[in-house]
Amino acid sequence: MNQFDYDIIVVGAGPAGSTAARYAAAGGAKVLMLEKDRDVGYPVRCGEAVSHEGVSQFIQPDPKWIAATVTKFRLNAPNGKSVMPKLDGGGYVLERRIFDYELAKIAANEGAEVITKAYVYDLLRENGAVVGVRSLIKDKKVDIRAKVVIGADGVESRIGKMAGINTTCHIRDMESCAQMTLSGVEVDQDVLEFYFGDSVSPGGYLWVFPKGNNSANVGLGLSVELAKKKSAIQYLHEFVDKRFPHAAMLTHIAGGVPCAKTCDEIVKGNVLLVGDAAHQVNPVSGGGIISGMIGGMIGGQVAAEAAANNNIPFLREYQHRWQKRLGWRHEVFYNIKEAISTFHDDTLNDICDSALKLPEEKRTLGGIFRSALWNKPSMIIEVAKVFVS
Amino acid sequence: MPQPHLMIHITPGKCDYCGCCVGVCPEDAIELMESKIAIIEERCTNCRKCVWACPWEVIEFHRDGVDQLPKETPLMLNQAVTY
Repeated sequence: MNQFDYDIIVVGAGPAGSTAARYAAAGGAKVLMLEKDRDVGYPVRCGEAVSHEGVSQFIQPDPKWIAATVTKFRLNAPNGKSVMPKLDGGGYVLERRIFDYELAKIAANEGAEVITKAYVYDLLRENGAVVGVRSLIKDKKVDIRAKVVIGADGVESRIGKMAGINTTCHIRDMESCAQMTLSGVEVDQDVLEFYFGDSVSPGGYLWVFPKGNNSANVGLGLSVELAKKKSAIQYLHEFVDKRFPHAAMLTHIAGGVPCAKTCDEIVKGNVLLVGDAAHQVNPVSGGGIISGMIGGMIGGQVAAEAAANNNIPFLREYQHRWQKRLGWRHEVFYNIKEAISTFHDDTLNDICDSALKLPEEKRTLGGIFRSALWNKPSMIIEVAKVFVS
Repeated sequence: MPQPHLMIHITPGKCDYCGCCVGVCPEDAIELMESKIAIIEERCTNCRKCVWACPWEVIEFHRDGVDQLPKETPLMLNQAVTY
């Protein structure tokens, strides 16, 4: 008879991990969440923007983790013109270190145990089957047994690889990102700004997200394929030196975002992957907080049910439910990303011009995309090529 | 001597532990903790994806090998476990 310490072990306490732990515990499972860093929520490696609609599915918006409330986008074309579509329903720029902490607290309140400074270095196996994790907790080796292991270990995920899932992100799809939090900058505190163009961030975009009190997250991402020639950090320094020469730099971070389709496999035996580890990221925007939380929720729910009924094959349901909820959409977005990443300055300027011809109330992101297609028929061909291929 | 040897080098003390390199490594040859990083030499094929991916530009390719270069302390958690 197998003795298990826990029903479910969640590796990683970011938004996806905490949400998985929360819903698994709420589903009646005995849950342990392990975080390799000594603090939940720190260090932050994120632009920190979310929509109100997305985040409020999981947690009531609370001023203590909201740095700024935003209502509009500003899309800046390479020629300096810009268009300001509304952000339907509004959104927030988060204070991730407090936000992540709150999410972990919610998981703990549902009954999940949490341990920090706990690094998982391997899966625990018996007769070839995974029966838990091998961890280093506060520098002591500890083997912990569980029925299900959920890997929420981010872009640097190794849980999937240990389980035999191919989670390697192609360098074309890995966005190399750099960001500074700047203080003493004059930016509209209710606007998410985006800059496009070959000189700013080829094939990607640069963002300026307000963080309250004249501060902002300024960052950019570009495909590793392009970063070979010139790094994200160099592009960022050039932009900041020009646009915010007198700002104080409060943080300077860099990291990777897997802007790919969801991994082909996100379940193998009794191992699930959620969040960045499963590449559950919107491939166009690079946004992964909400989609990771949705993945975490579905993963946690399914894992709890599988553990309760000792029905490991039921875990496959997670893959189906994810595919139905967001996976299919990320596949469409991925194709759109492939098209957009080929646009050079002229195309981007044309899109901006055609958007500016729209009446103000129609300047939504969708409206701009449709009008761009309408006004620049060659774009239809470019996008169609991607969809047809 | 046709023995393959490690040509990838992580400049000690410069890594920010962001994990971008681990995400692109096809061989699962990079071990990353809160503030430790090491290349698992037996797995590394010197493909250089980590070199390109590193946003901080602290992973370098040295055609002549890295034996003479200063190293981060290896972790080697999977080996020589004694209880």
